[in-house]
Amino acid sequence: MGEAIVITSGKGGVGKTTTSANLGTSLALLGKKVCLVDTDIGLRNLDVVMGLENRIIYDLVDVVEGRCKIHQALVKDKRFDGLLYLLPAAQTSDKSAVNPEQMKSLVEELKQDYDYIIIDCPAGIEQGYKNAVAGANKAIVVTTPETSAVRDADRIIGLLEKEENIEPPMLVINRIRNHMLKNGEMLDIDEITAHLSIDLIGIVADDDQVIKASNQGEPIALDPNNRASIAYRNIARRILGESIPLQPLEDEPKGFVAKIKALFGAR
Amino acid sequence: MIKGTKDGLTLHLDDSCSFLELLNELDTKLSANYRFQENDPLIAVKVHTGNRYLSENQKEKIKEVIRQKKKLVVDEIHSNVVTKEEASQWIAENQIATVAKMVRSGQVLEVPGDLLLIGDVNPGGTVIAGGNIFVMGVLKGIAHAGTGGNEESIIAASVMKPAQLRICGIVNRAPDGYAEEGHQMECAYIDENRQVVVDKLQVLKKHRPILNRLEGGL
Ligand SMILES: Nc1ncnc2c1ncn2[C@@H]1O[C@H](COP(=O)(O)OP(=O)(O)OP(=O)(O)O)[C@@H](O)[C@H]1O
Ligand SMILES: [Mg+2]
Repeated sequence: MGEAIVITSGKGGVGKTTTSANLGTSLALLGKKVCLVDTDIGLRNLDVVMGLENRIIYDLVDVVEGRCKIHQALVKDKRFDGLLYLLPAAQTSDKSAVNPEQMKSLVEELKQDYDYIIIDCPAGIEQGYKNAVAGANKAIVVTTPETSAVRDADRIIGLLEKEENIEPPMLVINRIRNHMLKNGEMLDIDEITAHLSIDLIGIVADDDQVIKASNQGEPIALDPNNRASIAYRNIARRILGESIPLQPLEDEPKGFVAKIKALFGAR
Repeated sequence: MIKGTKDGLTLHLDDSCSFLELLNELDTKLSANYRFQENDPLIAVKVHTGNRYLSENQKEKIKEVIRQKKKLVVDEIHSNVVTKEEASQWIAENQIATVAKMVRSGQVLEVPGDLLLIGDVNPGGTVIAGGNIFVMGVLKGIAHAGTGGNEESIIAASVMKPAQLRICGIVNRAPDGYAEEGHQMECAYIDENRQVVVDKLQVLKKHRPILNRLEGGL
């Protein structure tokens, strides 16, 4: 039986889809069988970020309305040797095309075949949110170091804590900028975690490469040297139960090889 | 049994007969005893029902019988017995509800008596209590104490950074910048000018000695 993790935030544009794509990618790289589910019906993105847009034939609404079987709608990601699949959202319907009961049985079915089901939740707290959390048993709340994002995260955590089937949510702080942290121009990590008081599972730097990678349909987690990639991979390992200390700024790799390379002026 | 006092009239009602008998007897007794003149002053009547429980409906009937005798007005109806429901309501209003959680944005935590919250009230969150509010944590949201009408109610917090404080119907307007700083170990109460003021916790023993429930003292 697999686990279903919903990636949510309340506020829009803080990095839910980016986190879903990269967490799914990292888990697949670690050998887990992963299914990404895009529940942002009407505003689907996950397929684009994963570079799978052109291969979509059926979508989530087709499955729910019985026009196809689940396996027909799943898009296989060829880069991962059968370990990563995507169930895309419909683009032509809206959130009311699906209800929480339908989502629940759909996720239940996926749990039979996959180790991890990563559910990308739309912004807001209405129907789309309710659909996304319906089948989940774990939750990750994504926020950025901005007051409004943290406020919405707090609201979402309150709602998630009321869900009986979901474990206490975990926190990802996305788009940290080192220079702003140092100058005290940004909410710092301690401030955010004290305010939200849930477990912090990852800190991701703000990095232009993330945007570039998303635009190319190549999630950043595929790049072994990027700092944001390393942060996402560490989140995946923490989910698998490894205890990796949280560095306040998960910077460039500082392993032995990296140090040697630096000595010789190479990257 | 009817007794006259300087504040008016007290009726002690028999509590062993049936309610119908009671009404009839009350009617005859009052008619027999009092013949009022047009310009007599109004007389306040207190009714004691002994060990009889009266429903709201029955209370209304008693009042009606008394009201029919001109010049009599029912001031209060007093009984030795209460329903279980009323009793649990009293207990709830006099109890401290202890809650260990975060009150998050969009959440409202309301208790009938005093509230002891172990955790923060985040911005956008609200705590409401019939009596006092004690927050062992940071109060960043809204706190509304004394909804039961007790103006002696207070709000205390380990750290005061409130969006709004309200005691009974009186709202506090903190000076600009007050909430941003965050003040440790403070309390809010209604002062003699009927304003909600915030001060160090130490002032409570002066302004609200009633909070001390320790008999005998230290
Ligand atoms: N760590 C990062 N560094 C730089 N850019 C980032 C990072 N994370 C996300 N972004 C960018 O921020 C934008 C919004 O991200 P994303 O689409 O993942 O957010 P979302 O929460 O899914 O938004 P929506 O609420 O619209 O679904 C994208 O352009 C993405 O590339
Ligand atoms: Mg998205």
